[in-house]
Amino acid sequence: MTTLADLKLDADGYLADPNDWTPEVAELFAKELGIELTDRHWQVINYVRQEWEKTGDMPSLRRITKQSGVPTKEIYKLFPKGPAGKIAKLSGLSKPKGCI
Amino acid sequence: MSDNEDRKLAIICSKGTLDMAYPGLVLANAALMSGIEVEMFFTFWGMDIIHKKKQNKLKFVPLGNPSSGMPNILAVLPGMSPLATKMMHKGLEKIDMPPVDEFLEMIHDAGGRIWACRMAMDMMNLTEDDLVDEVDGVVGAMEFLEMAEGAQILFI
Repeated sequence: MTTLADLKLDADGYLADPNDWTPEVAELFAKELGIELTDRHWQVINYVRQEWEKTGDMPSLRRITKQSGVPTKEIYKLFPKGPAGKIAKLSGLSKPKGCI
Repeated sequence: MSDNEDRKLAIICSKGTLDMAYPGLVLANAALMSGIEVEMFFTFWGMDIIHKKKQNKLKFVPLGNPSSGMPNILAVLPGMSPLATKMMHKGLEKIDMPPVDEFLEMIHDAGGRIWACRMAMDMMNLTEDDLVDEVDGVVGAMEFLEMAEGAQILFI
């Protein structure tokens, strides 16, 4: 059984290498963040992973709300208090730097 | 991640030009994305940002603005402001910035609160019907300051 201590994290506590990500890693981070992952969470995470694989970057939150099928209001309910960072963390990406 | 959880930002938007509308909107949205609570107060020319008929027609005025790069002798000519506005819209689109109406909707959906200034409404003969649906209410300056208790305040 892997725990957070077994993962290589960056200085911000995000996964150091996005290639190390597995659904199990998302579950570990979810526990740390106090989030119980539902299908709707996975819809967002899977979309972000897909985009990252295509572009090498995390999509902006605006893009996520427009293209993942999960609108802004729901995003803030699913990932309360700072969705950008929480989505990045759960998706195995580094702390987001975009403005939008 | 939890370091922003007690933070609150109160933004006073008092200007109605395109270049002065975006900084407040961007900061409000960025704050919400990082878990900081947001109260926005619109007053004076900032009312245009929440005015149904005006919010998507905000202008950028290069006259008297050395940063615009346009000499005043040209900026004073008719058609220069619409041209500069068009160019700024293109720039905003290029970096994936939403138009003003969509931006306000995003902020509102993200839990940011949007307040209109009672005094500015009276001065400009506006009613709540003139304002976009995202406005949470019309309040006076004292009420806003009460809501902004403990917040960091930004005046734009």
